[in-house]
Order: sequence, then structure tokens, then C-alpha cells
Amino acid sequence: MRGYAGKFLDIDLSKEKIAEIKFDESLLRSYIGGRGLAAKILWDRLGQVWETVDPFAPENVLTVLTGPLTGFFPGGRICVSGKSPQSNGIVGSTVGGEFGIDLKCAGYDGIIITGKASKPSYISISDDQVSIKDAGHIWGKDGKQTLKILTEDGKRQTRENFPEYGILKEPSALYIGPAGENKTRVAAVMCKWTHGAGYGGYGAVMGSKNLKGIIAKGLGPLPEVEDIERVGELIKIADKECYKNEFFRIWGTGAGGYNFGFRTSSEPVRNWQDEWHDQKSYAVDKFEERLWVKKYWGDFGCPTTCLKIAIPKSGEFKGSITDHPDYELQAYLGPNLGIFKPEENVYLSSLIDDLGFCGIQAGNVLGFAGELYQRKILNQDDLDGIRLEWGNAKAFGELAKKIANREGIGSILAEGSYRAALELGKKKGMNLSIYAVQEKAIGIGAHGNRSGRDFVSNIAYACSVQGGDHTSVASIPTERELNSVLHDSGVYCMFNTFTVGIDRIWEFFDAVTGWKTLRQEWEETDALRILNLQRAMLLLGGPDLKWKANVDDENPARFYEPLPSGPYEGKTVDKKSFEASKQEYYNAVGWDGNGLPKPETLQKLSLADVETKLKRTQILPN
Amino acid sequence: MSSAKRIWIARDYLKCSGCRKCEIACSLSHEKRIWPEASRIRVFMSVPGAEVPHLCVQCEDYPCVQACTMEALSISKKTGAVLVDEEKCITCGACIEACPGKIPHLHPVKKTVLICDLCNGRPECVKVCQEGKWDALRKVTRKSDQVFKVQARKPDDITRELVNNLYGESGEEYL
Repeated sequence: MRGYAGKFLDIDLSKEKIAEIKFDESLLRSYIGGRGLAAKILWDRLGQVWETVDPFAPENVLTVLTGPLTGFFPGGRICVSGKSPQSNGIVGSTVGGEFGIDLKCAGYDGIIITGKASKPSYISISDDQVSIKDAGHIWGKDGKQTLKILTEDGKRQTRENFPEYGILKEPSALYIGPAGENKTRVAAVMCKWTHGAGYGGYGAVMGSKNLKGIIAKGLGPLPEVEDIERVGELIKIADKECYKNEFFRIWGTGAGGYNFGFRTSSEPVRNWQDEWHDQKSYAVDKFEERLWVKKYWGDFGCPTTCLKIAIPKSGEFKGSITDHPDYELQAYLGPNLGIFKPEENVYLSSLIDDLGFCGIQAGNVLGFAGELYQRKILNQDDLDGIRLEWGNAKAFGELAKKIANREGIGSILAEGSYRAALELGKKKGMNLSIYAVQEKAIGIGAHGNRSGRDFVSNIAYACSVQGGDHTSVASIPTERELNSVLHDSGVYCMFNTFTVGIDRIWEFFDAVTGWKTLRQEWEETDALRILNLQRAMLLLGGPDLKWKANVDDENPARFYEPLPSGPYEGKTVDKKSFEASKQEYYNAVGWDGNGLPKPETLQKLSLADVETKLKRTQILPN
Repeated sequence: MSSAKRIWIARDYLKCSGCRKCEIACSLSHEKRIWPEASRIRVFMSVPGAEVPHLCVQCEDYPCVQACTMEALSISKKTGAVLVDEEKCITCGACIEACPGKIPHLHPVKKTVLICDLCNGRPECVKVCQEGKWDALRKVTRKSDQVFKVQARKPDDITRELVNNLYGESGEEYL
């Protein structure tokens, strides 16, 4: 088997048992890695009892998986998954960094984690020496302090394990901040201060397992590939393509800030009450010249380096360090909260990273709270004295800390905008769900679909098995979405795929794995099988929330309100064309008119056990 | 040895993007694998943003070569690079000990030490860094009146200075 280390770690934290397991080549060929493989592992281990599994219970399975292209295709990432405490389905959530490289170099394709540690712990992987270590000295620490201590511990471990080798590189780490420790559903699995696997809420799953972090140090090479010379050539070709993407290199995704706000009118402004603004104070050049100390920053093998490091060196927010912020955090912790000052955005972004939040999910729920305050549904007393006015960065920062620590109102908001709306709505006797801009309890990415000018169609979120995830949107034709499944399963950076293109990516798969008919198998069955597995687990849902196919495949209510200003003033999602698109999509992925996977689809995809389960739970008619 | 023609790999740490293409290129060229820890140039990152591409500087007095009792290390007549005779190296670590920057390290598998050989004058790491226009690594002419040994520093020492440069006072709490 080429491109794979060939073995996985299977760790039961309750029993403190560490085992190595292997998967058959045929299984890996069908599910590839990352998101696809996670869906298969989760289905096999929990599928029969899915609807009863609490994502925070020890029985939930947390997966940390590479894919065959990790380290080979430019832009190293790792895919985190499990039963999602947001959607109760399964989300493939990827994060950039060197962790996947170190893991593969240590000889493992991934880690499957079950159980719950009896005390705060972290997992240490140093080649084949794997152990569960005490994390009592790190528990409660913010992101930057956590990474510092994990790195030091790891360096010491490396020196002890390999004393004669000279100085070896530091290990890579995944970790959680206080938001994950306190099981807020908006917590991310963090990496390198500023990177997060955010969608899905897996930081909270780590917290529920008392797992503060994982460090990995590998001395070995990346796995053998089918044709290393060809891989080397392909890397050169891909790099060359990516180097042409000059604007992405220069400005990163943050260039979107003014573009999406001003031009395409699809950026969240004050909890999506608007999607247009003309605040030139907030355009990318204001960040670039005032705040960036590193203009080109990237992860393993990345030719694009869309990351930029920002830090205000003077003033009120002096010393806040973040990546840029990237477009999503620039939007969600900027205009979405009525903030249009770069320094304030950098402050909030840095704080959100340190607390261990997904910037999108945290910005989404902070915006939700901001609108309730604006509408006087929440008052200063409800917020323990915080005056949550739009544009008040410090107030939003204070509320974020309360959410991370689950203090006061923070405990309700820690459930994410969807669940918070239900709970607060019950308390206030009002329907507050209209202010929660989410899909399947996952706050949507910072790309609105009312103007019709951004990349997200009217079904992008509504029909997605990953809910509000803007990196994997439902699409017609289905290629776009299925390619997202591929990238998340091969586990590499999607942003580099924009320039490289799908044909070249398949050449990478060929040269790495040597599986010559992989593309054909993928396009005929494998991609749709993964999508249908995800759909089945999403529909099974539970235990606290379940989704109804079709009824809940709906846009956030806000997107049916007309845009109040800008060049697309008055535009909304058109309900009639949305319903038509939805039917077209259902048909394309093998679901019936009600959004239920058809029995013949499941049979064709060799998912007969899924069909049985869906019938037994009355999701499919018997 | 004509020192006028000798090259040196100049490094500008602040420009290093952390893309590690140098590690990929070096290990592909020397090992026919992508192998970060077997690369003769390695990018350390104890603090995010403070990436340190770490490789031999060819000290004027070659303390590593002097420390080797096995005659496993020699100096290339053409480039001035330290060349390792894998047959003779007994991985005793004397060269690592002697290096002021602790730059040499042992190969993870083979019984030999790893030191940059300057790719016989055409360093692969510099090529990829230049292709990417990062300019963190540059091939320059080595001047005989310049002291290069001072550039041999431990990764943690360089990290400390970079963190100070990038993050100022607030960086100290991350060291």
C-alpha cells in the first residue's frame, strides 16, 4: 500500500489502552482517509446506536486522520472528526499545520480515540513510543501557553528518547483552550496558535474526554509512494501553478474583507442583518501596512502561504497576535459585530484563538447575542453588566470569556446560536431562532447567498451534510461538493486546489497510491457513499436534537429577509427556486423528494446496513 | 581552493514562510524520500511565526572536521562544504558536540551524521526558496574576509531573537 504508513493508533482513554490497528487495503481504497474514513469508522463503531450516543459521552469516537496525499500535495493538513456536538451528525473538519506530517513520519496514518481519561491528559507520540501523560499542569491554560508547554514537554521527551541524535525538531501539537475544556459546542481543535479545526465542535469532544492535547514527533520519512520521481515533478508543477496566484499570496483570504463586503454583498454585518458595507477603513491594506509582521506564512509544503501574522505593537490592543486574521475571522469578528477597526479585529481574533474557539462559531454566537441586545431581548443585567453594543470589541471580548468559562449567560451561549436560541426563546417566551444564522446547528461560514454573487448557491448550506461549513457546500452539479469530500479525505489544503485543478490532483493520487482506477471508482460510487453515510448519521441525529429531512434542509430564516442596503438591496433567497434546486440536488445524490436516501441508492452504494438502520428507526418507511 | 568562487547560503529568517519546501527538496534530492528529519536543512518552529531554517555555515576553522577522530569528515575542495564519508562515520556525535550551533544531527535510520553538502555548489533548498520568491535562502559569494562561524547558532537562540523582533515584549511569554 503506497502513501499510507499502514497503521493507526486506537486509544481507549478510559482503559488507558493503546493499540495499533490496520485497515484492509480495499477499505482504505473506498474511503481514502480523513473525512471519508472517519465516516466509515464512526458508522462501524457507533452506527447501530447512533441516535442514542451523546457526543460528550466517553463512547463517542474522536478521529484524527491524515490521508494519502498529506505531505505530498502542497499544504499539509489533518482531519478531525467524530460525532459532532453541533449537528449530531459527522463533520470532517480539517486544520492546517505539520501535525499530519509528524504523525505519518512517526508511522501512523491516524489516531482513533475513545473513552474518557480519569484526569486531564495529553497523548504523546514519539515514533512508536506512545503514551498518555498527565496534563494537570496545562489544564486551564490558554492556547499560546498550552502550545508552549506542550512543545517544551515534547522537546524534552525527544531529547530523552533520542539523546545521541543531536538537536531534533520540535514535535507538532493539536490542543484545546478553555472553550474546549468547558465543552462549549463552539470550540475548535487548535494548532499553531491560530489554526483551528472549527466546524463540528470537536474541541469540546476533546474536552469531554479530558484530553488537552496530542503531540506527535516522527523521525521517519513520509510513507513510500508508487512513483517518488513523479511526485517530485507534480509538486514542482503544482507549486508553479500556485505561485501564479499572486493576490492570494500577497493578501491571503483577508483580501475578501472588502471584496465580499463591498462588491459581492455577502459578508455578515451585525449578525447578518446586512451583508454590505463600504468601510474602506477595513480593507486589507489597512491590516497589511499597520499590523503585519510576517507577510508570507504557511504550513508544510504550501506554495501559497495565504497566512499573514498580525500584531498591534502599540495602543490598547498591543501584543495581540493572530493570523492576519483570515477572511472568516475578519468578517465574523469584525463587521458581524459592527467592528470596522483592524486593531480591534486582531484583538478579538487573538482572544478567540487563545480561548480555543472556532472563530466562525464564536463570531456567530456573539453576533446572535449582539442582536438580542440590540432588540432589548437581552439586557445589561442578563449579560452581567456587559454593554454589548455593536462595535464594542472589548464587550464582545468579555462575553467571549464568559462563554469559554460557561459563566452566567455564557453557559447558554456556549451551546451555539441554534441551541441558545431554543433555550433563551423558552425563557423569554419568544421565537429567537430567526436570529440564529446557522444550518443544522452549525454557524454558517461568512458567505451569504442572498445577493447571489458569492460562491454559495441557495442550497449550499441547506442541503450540506456538513451544515454551515462553507468549505464543503452542497452544489449542482455535485462535482464541487464531491471534490470537497475528496480534499477532506485525501487531507490536503483545499485552497491550493483552486489553482492546481482536479485533473492534476488525481495525478497526485495516481503517483502516490498507484491505484490506477481510483478516480473512476470515486466518481461512480465512493464519493456518494461517503456523502450518504454522512447524511444517514445526520438524519439519525440525537439524542438532544434530530433533523427532519427536507423540512430542516432549509436556509437560515434571515436569508429570506431582503438585503437592506447596497447594490443588491432588496434581494433574498427565492423560496420557489430554492425548492426547485433542492429537488434537483436530492435527485443528483440519490435521495427521494423528501431528502431521504432511496433504498436503491443505498443498495447500489453497498450500504444495506444503513438502509436497515434507517428503516428500524422509522426514518425510512418500512 | 579558490575562495573567490565559493558560495554561501545566506539566510533571512524573517522571510522564512515556514513552507518547508527546502526540507522537501533536500530530502528528495539526498534520500529520494520526503523526510524532514533526514533533511540537511531543517526548519525549526518552537514558536509559531519564528521559523528557523537551520543548516551548516562552513565555519572558517571547521571545528566539526577537527573533532572527528574517524576521518569521516572532510572539506570539499570545490565548495568548502563539509563532506561526510558514511562508511567511516561511527555516529559518535563528536562533530555535533564541536559545532557551536549544534547543526549536525544523526540520520534517523542510517548510521551516519547529516551535514549540508551544498549540493556541490547548486543547493536545492535555495532553488525552491527562490522559485517561491521567499528569498529566505540565497546563494551568495562567500567572502574570505567575512567571519561566518558566528552564524552557527542553536535554533533556540535564533528563535529567541526572532520572537523579540516579531512580537516585541509580548513575545517573551511564549519563550
